[in-house]
Amino acid sequence: MVDNNGAENIHLEADCEKEQAAIKSGQKIGDYVLEVRGISKLFPGVRALSNVSLQLNRGEVLALVGENGAGKSTMMKILAGVYVPDAGEILLDGEEVSIGTVEQATKLGIALVHQELNLCDNLSIAGNVFLGREPKRGPFSSLVDVEKMNADTVDVLKKVGLNISPSIIVKELPIGTQQLVEICKALSINAKIVMFDEPTSSLSEHEAEQLFRVIRDLSSQGVSCIYISHRLGEVKEVADRVVVLRDGKLSGCIDKAHIDRETLIRLMVGRDIEKMYQKTHTISDKVRVELKDIIVPKRAAYPINLTIKGGEIVVLSGLVGAGRTELLHAIFGIDRCWAGKICIDGKELHIQKPIDAIRAGIMLVPEDRKANGLVIAMEVDSNIALPGLVDHLSKRGFINRDKIDELAVRMVKMLDIRLFRASQSAESLSGGNQQKVVLAKWLSMNPVLLLLDEPTRGIDVGAKAEIYKLLEDLAQTGVAILVASSEMQEVLGIADRIIVMCEGKVTGELNPLECAEEDVMKLATESFVC
Amino acid sequence: MLMDNKVTKYIKGMKRVGGITFLLLFIIVITVIIQPRFFTAYNIRNILRWTGLFGILSLGILFVLITGGIDLSVGSVVGLIGAISAYLMVHAAWPVWAVIVFIILLSAFLGLLHGLLITKVHMQPFVVTLCGLFVYRGLARFLMDDRTQGYGTSFPGIRFLAGGRIPSAFWPEGAAPKIFQDWSFPMPFLLLVALGIILAIILNKTVYGQHLKATGRNESAARFSGIHTDKIIILAYIACSTFSGFGGLLFSLDLNTVQPSSLGNSYELYAIAGCVVGGVSLRGGDGSILGVVIGAAIVRVLYNAINVAGVSTQLEQVVLGLVILIGVAADEVIHMIAARRKIHESMALAQRALGEGKASAFVK
Repeated sequence: MVDNNGAENIHLEADCEKEQAAIKSGQKIGDYVLEVRGISKLFPGVRALSNVSLQLNRGEVLALVGENGAGKSTMMKILAGVYVPDAGEILLDGEEVSIGTVEQATKLGIALVHQELNLCDNLSIAGNVFLGREPKRGPFSSLVDVEKMNADTVDVLKKVGLNISPSIIVKELPIGTQQLVEICKALSINAKIVMFDEPTSSLSEHEAEQLFRVIRDLSSQGVSCIYISHRLGEVKEVADRVVVLRDGKLSGCIDKAHIDRETLIRLMVGRDIEKMYQKTHTISDKVRVELKDIIVPKRAAYPINLTIKGGEIVVLSGLVGAGRTELLHAIFGIDRCWAGKICIDGKELHIQKPIDAIRAGIMLVPEDRKANGLVIAMEVDSNIALPGLVDHLSKRGFINRDKIDELAVRMVKMLDIRLFRASQSAESLSGGNQQKVVLAKWLSMNPVLLLLDEPTRGIDVGAKAEIYKLLEDLAQTGVAILVASSEMQEVLGIADRIIVMCEGKVTGELNPLECAEEDVMKLATESFVC
Repeated sequence: MLMDNKVTKYIKGMKRVGGITFLLLFIIVITVIIQPRFFTAYNIRNILRWTGLFGILSLGILFVLITGGIDLSVGSVVGLIGAISAYLMVHAAWPVWAVIVFIILLSAFLGLLHGLLITKVHMQPFVVTLCGLFVYRGLARFLMDDRTQGYGTSFPGIRFLAGGRIPSAFWPEGAAPKIFQDWSFPMPFLLLVALGIILAIILNKTVYGQHLKATGRNESAARFSGIHTDKIIILAYIACSTFSGFGGLLFSLDLNTVQPSSLGNSYELYAIAGCVVGGVSLRGGDGSILGVVIGAAIVRVLYNAINVAGVSTQLEQVVLGLVILIGVAADEVIHMIAARRKIHESMALAQRALGEGKASAFVK
């Protein structure tokens, strides 16, 4: 089986190489809107891209897939002029160009639709679409020609199938429509190439459908699209061709007829998924954590009930904005629960602040490592020691340096954190190692319930596997684990039980052994159907 | 080699204050060359005394700067507390110890107010303390009816805090050996050293110090680590105002006359200048006590040097501003170059690893 796959892989890669060889020998030049040859990009400690080549036909929708950290975003940022590559060349319509800044990319007709919306939501649609390029009139061109701006905006809005007034303030639009405004921005510069960076991550199914229609429209008008996503279902639906990246290298290209899930995953992960997610832990019969009628602040008021047994890994799944982060924050005491009871080992807790949760053994690995997980500019050892300072690492208010050193060495060894010195700043570590430092912080405090919010976001495959292994080991020691994750493979791979949320409400519970991605997605978008 | 040994740590610490120590010496040497009279016992004594007085204000505001905040009310607190202490001792005839307790409590209360408004009402530190700057100054003038307060020749005990010298004070008046008569340390400077040592211990050895640095660097991450960040910030503002109040007492004793409308005017800016020259970033999260003490000394030495060297006094603020500007700019540039070199080094490392086909450049 494994050999078979390997052979197929080579075949696919050979196809790509043949194509590249043909390009190098001078044939076909001019056939492509965009050609990227041998691009490499190094970051301190990481090689984000090495010798990647790809081609884009006129009016083609090319999907760029790969795991987090595979280099998709780096490639996109190079094309958009955010990064300058260390090696390689970029050809537009057969001519070599250098894209040093975002302005140059815009002039060359390359537009990027960001994953997070980059709109000034206090301005009108027209104001956003023409931001920085407003048509001028009046003496010294000092006034904005609002009428022309609005008229031009109506034209681009039509292209994406929107028939609304251009003077509506963006704040008042639903997220999906805001996404379309973002696309209008790209179209208004007459882009030849539009790049989409995970555009559906905050869209409902209906809104996503609409987006796909717009993409197909664009492609029929001769605009080429590069579509980044790791949702394999939608890749299959929208793409003409798929390029797979893995660890910064080209791992394969597949055309529409041959897109299938198995092949894609194999090319993306480069190893058997079963090896990545190995369930070895045993779940005890004892319920360790009970959440009763929890009402999460800032979300629609649906009480949440949940029990977790010792050694059980429960995964919260759902779309962005489903209320998972808010639930974890409420349990950890960042925002106080509005109502409900949290019990650990049968004892009810009164959590007012994070310190109360920590004392009870509840700890959170937050979604944003840099903003919340770590004091990023501080030393690794100080970060690891931070939560324990008031407890076991000090005496009468004075820090016990020896104990901190001892703890740091122990944790670095235990989690295999790769660093030169424990006193180097957390900033200088790779994403995976930073996440290990966050875990080290809490492991030193003996957690009972470990909360993890998107624990492997932006981490390379190797470190991911290590983190999964760590969670396995933790579960084996009887710790209850609650993970919020948007990555479908991860959800299905590590969970003992999946809880799906949608708009602040628990919409279902699934057994990962008996369900598929589609079942999870269906529940995750349940309340959008109406 | 996972942990730094003591020597590397020491060298790291020295590197931080090395630059400004050099700057201080440089200014002194230049001034002495221009005007040897700079290096008389009387002049040095004066500089040390002023360094002590302003240094105490700098140490107080340091904690606030580490949280990433700012306190503009320092000068007005100096004026208010200075006036009140003179008034209470002379006119109200309170016992000295009671006055000291009262002004410490009063200034701590002002700091508590700032801290609460900033953390609980979510006001910006700049706004809160700007209002403090106006209110306390006005209050000082109103309470004293704009009349000058003074100690006259009484209260020798408490006035020793500002005007005394050690070790010459161990002998009866005029009986100390000549060398000590000339070269004794003024009390404000010794107080600065003592307070500096205490604060250095708090900042570097205690849980509070570590929490303060973490909160200043990244308040959110500190909160997610279970730190009660509001408490940390409030304590920093209390420390700042208390130091300002104590400074106010010393300034009023040193000057002997207190004009409620002018004592302490723009002292907050000198306090901040001392910190900034001492390598404290207004972005928060970092600061060294020794650096601040040296920074405060540089500001005072500069002032004195300008006078002694015979530069027109109208120009003194120009010189002061420019020297601080150049000093801090040089520091930033040096850091930038160091950071760039570091990136190049790790890039080279990564490139080499790439060539050798290693998985990662960051293997132990």
